[in-house]
Amino acid sequence: MTAMRPAVEAKGVTRVFRGTGQDSVRALDNVSVAIRENEFFTLLGPSGCGKTTLLRLIAGFDFPTDGEILLYGQDIAPLPPFKRPVNTVFQSYALFPHMTVADNIGFGLKMLGRPKVEIEARVDAMLKLVHMQELKNRRTSQISGGQQQRVALARALAPQPKVLLLDEPLSALDYKLRKEMQIELKRLQHETGITFIFVTHDQEEALTMSDRIAVMSSGNILQVGTPWDVYDHPAERFVADFIGETNFLTGTVENAGNGQAQVALRSGAKICATAAVDFRAGSNATLMVRPEHAKLVKGRGDLSGTIENIVYFGTDTHIHVRLDEGDVFMVRQQNSRSAGCGFENGTRVGISIGDDAAQLLKD
Amino acid sequence: MAKRFDVRRQNGFVSLAILCFFLLYLPIATLVVYAFNDNDSLAIWKGFSLRWFHVAWNNGLVIESSIRSFQIAAVAALLATISATMAALATTRTKPYRGLTFKYAFINQPLMVPEIVTAVALLIVFSRIKIWTGYSGLGYLIAAHTAFCVPFAYLPIRARLESMDLALETAAADLYATKWKTFRHVTLPLLWPGILAGLMLAFVVSLDDVVITEFVKSGGQDTLPTYMLGQIRRGVTREINAISTAFLVLSIGIVTAFFFVSRKRT
Repeated sequence: MTAMRPAVEAKGVTRVFRGTGQDSVRALDNVSVAIRENEFFTLLGPSGCGKTTLLRLIAGFDFPTDGEILLYGQDIAPLPPFKRPVNTVFQSYALFPHMTVADNIGFGLKMLGRPKVEIEARVDAMLKLVHMQELKNRRTSQISGGQQQRVALARALAPQPKVLLLDEPLSALDYKLRKEMQIELKRLQHETGITFIFVTHDQEEALTMSDRIAVMSSGNILQVGTPWDVYDHPAERFVADFIGETNFLTGTVENAGNGQAQVALRSGAKICATAAVDFRAGSNATLMVRPEHAKLVKGRGDLSGTIENIVYFGTDTHIHVRLDEGDVFMVRQQNSRSAGCGFENGTRVGISIGDDAAQLLKD
Repeated sequence: MAKRFDVRRQNGFVSLAILCFFLLYLPIATLVVYAFNDNDSLAIWKGFSLRWFHVAWNNGLVIESSIRSFQIAAVAALLATISATMAALATTRTKPYRGLTFKYAFINQPLMVPEIVTAVALLIVFSRIKIWTGYSGLGYLIAAHTAFCVPFAYLPIRARLESMDLALETAAADLYATKWKTFRHVTLPLLWPGILAGLMLAFVVSLDDVVITEFVKSGGQDTLPTYMLGQIRRGVTREINAISTAFLVLSIGIVTAFFFVSRKRT
């Protein structure tokens, strides 16, 4: 894994949509990111964060106001979509309704002017890859949503693109099918060895599928990292808030250094935390603790409060504690079959926070 | 919950509906029935006969004007459909902008301007051109018919385009299709039912036209409808009934054919 040149690189990409009058929208603001070869890379963020705009710029459906988009070092930003060796799986699938499944899959190769024999062989290989051989001659209106999804994938993979773009392709499927397709997508990426760029607003989907994730918000990339990085070491509050469930506490930094800090809360409780950036002693800071990294104790803990609500989720139980600080703190506790959670509403409890459970964040 | 107003439950709905259909179709039914009457007189039924169809078929003027009608309608409908397709593409494959509504109105102008006004205007302009150029062929009628057929072809094509998913064209471009190939392999095949509907509508409208044709035609350029108009001035014969009936059957045939073609495609 050495000296990998990026498959796709955005350099200082800005896209401004001119509205009527003065209200132009900066959908992307000086965005730079490098996506590696053979990587499952996810653009994650709430709607309107610019993730789809970035995908459209890579596909060539839209052009940047400023900046470069490099495909293996070559600037493709001015090229029309049909000149880019990049294919897309659309959110609506956009299958051609007047063609059979096989004709849909062969469309790209036909447009490239490949010989018929080659197209047929490739279409058969693709049908096999997505397990759709029996439905080869069906119309796309005669197959189910999940099957349409597979055809859309096969159609985009058939011309062997350098990069495959996926624009929220699983959002129209029901929960079970979505889980199935997540595994299927990982398998396809593994088997084809093609770089996948996946756009989603679903953080769970991003965590389970990606090699690396770029978390976006209002036209900027806030953090790029592995699922573990963005979940356990978020760069800032937005990332921690958007991905997973988090408890936030505010306090004053007492002494900091070496990526460690001690924070004093309003109640006087002192908590040790890791710090992503250096904080000055005496400054205010936000502390995050994931609900599963804290533990309820019957006696004294690092924090104390009163249980307000207990919610059963099957795999685990969420216990909401009203802290003496005034905030609500949630603790997630794994369930077992033989015993209940061991706590009751209204009782006073302590919360113990492990040494590496808390992290200081910039706002 | 309050009872919903339903026009079908109003008193007298059924009888009123029957009356309306009666008034609409009774004259046509009478016309068709008397086309088969073996009698010169209007009102007296003598017996079933194809005599008047035979008379019409052997009338050289009827055949000649019918052929002319078909020639004009075929060329005009084709030209109108091609222009309408281009107009529909230009007015739907664009973001809305100031003046777009005005363009819709401009394209559909022949539907709004009274036909007699267009007819008189064309008569004046064309007679000038006739003097200047000395040309007095069917070109004038074809040009006039093309012009008023455009909106009839435009409306179904535009409707079809508007219901089409734009992502399909984007997907084609993504799969290496140039603009022309995208049109040829994706847009056009999906647009066919709309284009066929427009073509047939334009054809029937052209075939049927009296007012503009009457004003624009030169001597000896009668179409079937203007020939019939001329005949009626000299007194109605059963021959007109026979021609009208044949005309009716043909129109129904075209509309039915269109219906099946468009249903198969969608």
